[in-house]
Amino acid sequence: MVTVLAGLWYAPLASLEVGEHLYWHLGKLKIHGQVFITSWVVMALLIGAAWLGTRKAQRVPQGWQNFMEYVLDFVRTLTRDQLGEKEYRAWLPFVGTLFLFILTCNWTGILLPWKLIELPAGELAASTNDINTTAALALLTSLAYFYAGFSRKGLLGYFKGYLYPSPIMLPFKIIEDFTKPLSLSFRLFGNILADELVVGVLTFLVPVLLPVPMMVLGLFLSGIQALIFATLASTYIAEALEDHEHGEQEAEMA
Amino acid sequence: MDGLTSAASVLAAALAVGLGSIGPGLGQGRAAGQAVEGIARQPEAGEKIRGTLLLSLAFMEALTIYGLVVALVLLFANPFAG
Repeated sequence: MVTVLAGLWYAPLASLEVGEHLYWHLGKLKIHGQVFITSWVVMALLIGAAWLGTRKAQRVPQGWQNFMEYVLDFVRTLTRDQLGEKEYRAWLPFVGTLFLFILTCNWTGILLPWKLIELPAGELAASTNDINTTAALALLTSLAYFYAGFSRKGLLGYFKGYLYPSPIMLPFKIIEDFTKPLSLSFRLFGNILADELVVGVLTFLVPVLLPVPMMVLGLFLSGIQALIFATLASTYIAEALEDHEHGEQEAEMA
Repeated sequence: MDGLTSAASVLAAALAVGLGSIGPGLGQGRAAGQAVEGIARQPEAGEKIRGTLLLSLAFMEALTIYGLVVALVLLFANPFAG
């Protein structure tokens, strides 16, 4: 099927390669090389930006430091809105890293001319268009909220929260633990891949000018996706930290 | 892959995207309409409504995306293509 479609897509200006990867062999593992290359570039960009912003930190920020402080402020507001004033400090690095990594991945996929670099197989694009990247991020989020729950309430205390409004909710809460990472990873992966497919198909049909508005829309949508991922991650963590028994006491007192 | 499987896969992919976008489309339209109504009634709450609207639109968007993922799997990584 892939070869059939690859034949259909054959055009000098536009080509789409879904399901083709640059395989690297690491022992017995086969890994998708193009994802690693773009992720490393993104990491280098982020670390470089942070280094530039903090190299000569001044009391009154100027230029790049000012911008980085604005970014930090944005991420802090995002986390604080979900986790509350008391809890957000501990989780800010995790949520902030998720947001910045996903945003930079998505935007570099659109803004940098990756397609000019020829690979032996596959093509360079946003690394979030690979299900493995998004699944890893989603599983990290799962681990984070389990850790948050366990460290706050202990193993038994956390799972007691599953019975909270009524024991009927137990199966749903257990299913939720599986659907949370599934929907997180599929949402991000599907959106980014869909953006790239739309731009690819439009380029295939009309190579001049027409794909540009779609790319601008893609910039907007992928920004929103990064925001959604970070917001949901902090919501899940907040849910795990929530103290049901204490909440009931407060409700009784009121 | 034999002809029947590929024909069925292409048809199923089209149906997955097409049918899958009906429900979220209706839902998004309803949510956006209500949000506009809310902003018209209370313009000062516009910023808050906009944030919530974007978040909930993305949730609905995810449902269509699931259909798209199924379609992509059928087209590019078909498990039944022997």
